[in-house]
Amino acid sequence: MEKAVQQMPKKNLLSSQIDLSKFEKATEEEKRQQDVMSESTTFFKDGMKRLMKNPLAVGSMIFLILVILVIIFAPMIVPYDYASINTVNGVRDKGAKNMKPFEYSEMELEYMAQGGTVFPHIMGTDEQCRDYFMRVVYGTRVSLSVGLVASVMVLIIGLLYGSISGYFGGKVDLVMMRIVDIIYSLPDLLMVILLSVVLQATLGTALEGTILARLGSNLIALFVVYALLYWVGMARLVRGQILTIKNNDYVLAAKATGAKSGRIIKKHIIPNCISVIFISTALQVPSAIFTESYLSFLGLGVANPMPSLGSLANYARGGLNSYPYKLLFPAVVIILIVLSFNLLGDGLRDAFDPKLKK
Amino acid sequence: MSSEYLVEVKDLKQYFPIKTGFFKTTPLKAVDGVSFDIKPGETLGLVGESGCGKTTVGRSILRLYEPTGGSVKYMGEEITASNMQEHRKHMQMVFQDPYSSLNPRMTVEDIIGEPLDVHKLYSSKQERREKILGLMELVGLNAEHATRYAHEFSGGQRQRIGIARALAVDPKFIVCDEAVSALDVSIQAQVINMFEDLQEKLGVAYLFIAHDLLVVKHISNRIAVMYLGRVVEIGEADEVYNNPQHPYTQSLLSAVPIPDPIIAKKSQRIVLTGDVPSPMNMPSGCAFRTRCRFATEQCAQECPSLTERKNGSQVACFHQ
Repeated sequence: MEKAVQQMPKKNLLSSQIDLSKFEKATEEEKRQQDVMSESTTFFKDGMKRLMKNPLAVGSMIFLILVILVIIFAPMIVPYDYASINTVNGVRDKGAKNMKPFEYSEMELEYMAQGGTVFPHIMGTDEQCRDYFMRVVYGTRVSLSVGLVASVMVLIIGLLYGSISGYFGGKVDLVMMRIVDIIYSLPDLLMVILLSVVLQATLGTALEGTILARLGSNLIALFVVYALLYWVGMARLVRGQILTIKNNDYVLAAKATGAKSGRIIKKHIIPNCISVIFISTALQVPSAIFTESYLSFLGLGVANPMPSLGSLANYARGGLNSYPYKLLFPAVVIILIVLSFNLLGDGLRDAFDPKLKK
Repeated sequence: MSSEYLVEVKDLKQYFPIKTGFFKTTPLKAVDGVSFDIKPGETLGLVGESGCGKTTVGRSILRLYEPTGGSVKYMGEEITASNMQEHRKHMQMVFQDPYSSLNPRMTVEDIIGEPLDVHKLYSSKQERREKILGLMELVGLNAEHATRYAHEFSGGQRQRIGIARALAVDPKFIVCDEAVSALDVSIQAQVINMFEDLQEKLGVAYLFIAHDLLVVKHISNRIAVMYLGRVVEIGEADEVYNNPQHPYTQSLLSAVPIPDPIIAKKSQRIVLTGDVPSPMNMPSGCAFRTRCRFATEQCAQECPSLTERKNGSQVACFHQ
């Protein structure tokens, strides 16, 4: 340093040459400060941190966890069945018809007067003396599982189809994407209704005696329809992702090191598009729940006595003037679940899409 | 079978089919008959303007594209699609863009370790880690950076990671595809000096692709100048730089900025007119004739081949 200062040519008055003698040497501590980088985080941690800062997404997540806990544990705690008439001390209670929330029937009041305990009807009862809360809980079970199963099916089919189309490209891509275009152009509601009618006729006999029969052929038809029609959006998304990722230099670099296709797909392509795919799956759930609900509302959903939120709303139409709460409960549950899934999906997208990073 | 040369490229051709009609395709001649050879431990600079096929030459040599014609030999042995996997241990590549050439979902350790994983060059996890740390030290990265992700590094550091990845298999030949052009000037100098140090230490040969003539002159032993998919001049770096023979090289060199304003005033700039012709519709004969000061009837009819000049450079031009 000293030497360098001495070696400097004499400074011209007008020159903007730097005067080295005015500089101080950096201390060890200052040098260390230069080395400090931002804390190392993984992509997942980084995304979760951003997700946790989004109050709407966190609220939705908490609500959904609560709903899941309720539909798992409520049937263990509440002593009523969704399918059969209320009983008081083993005797069928035919008077417990169309009761308001927290109302007790005559038999129940009598039993309580004798010192027995009766679990309250949180949402009242329906016209067949069944506890309405349990029906809503089971309806939510059905609706949620329809949403999840349908989304997973869409994910699997769309992921396979889209990745084959995107990775191999060229003529394969051309043919596969034209098929997608054709399916896209079918009116989906019409297809759902037609397919459920057809499948109902064919599946009805085939399913007899199996567990699936309890779900009803309508619900099975709904899954099939979903698997047949709704994967196209996912397939397009996956294909688009893979097309952009496979042209990145790091894929070329992997090829230059001698990596084979399997390794490139596993190590480079999937990790880079998986977050977008999961987010899109999360957004698929509410749409599946919605589809199930309106099909059930139209009478094409699950078979009686199995309730779903849509069919409960449909039955409630009959006594709308006298018992409006029967429509209110399932409708509010549908709205809240769909809203939370949408908000959560939006939150996930904001948190995990690097392009939206602030 | 061995040879004096490490890498011999002969008449390399790379055409890409371009759709011009519903059923018609026209070949785009990105590289059209390029030949050169590189000795062990030597640096060949490859210069030319954008779109002249420099990068394609580098990628075709490494068979990232399947060449349309010509041959590439490594140590006298012909490289084919089937024995390329083995040769990937000898020939590696450093990419232009340090931002897109590193996978954002992988740690530095995994990025540098990938060639080791692919070729199974270690027997234990411990050995893998030691090798990676050794490579990181070689390119001037700290050991504690190993668990970080690429986005946490600056451009120069990322390029070092890319270089460490290329060095992982202990190659004898590295294609540096515009390896410094995405970096700013001071970092460029660091990385270029590192390339030179590594060459001294490890004896690797480089094909150094760049468009910055000063950088190429600094690092190269020899320089090849490309125009529209063909080599127009190739020779010793000093000769090409100080005594350019081809009119294209002359105009290219006259465009190099001179840091001394007094000399710069005196120097003549040879300004080319017109645009580069489309490689899909190449002019007949010499590709440069549409913009050449000396173009004659002969240039339109025949394509000049590389012939040796007095100063030892090989030049593809009819005019002395």
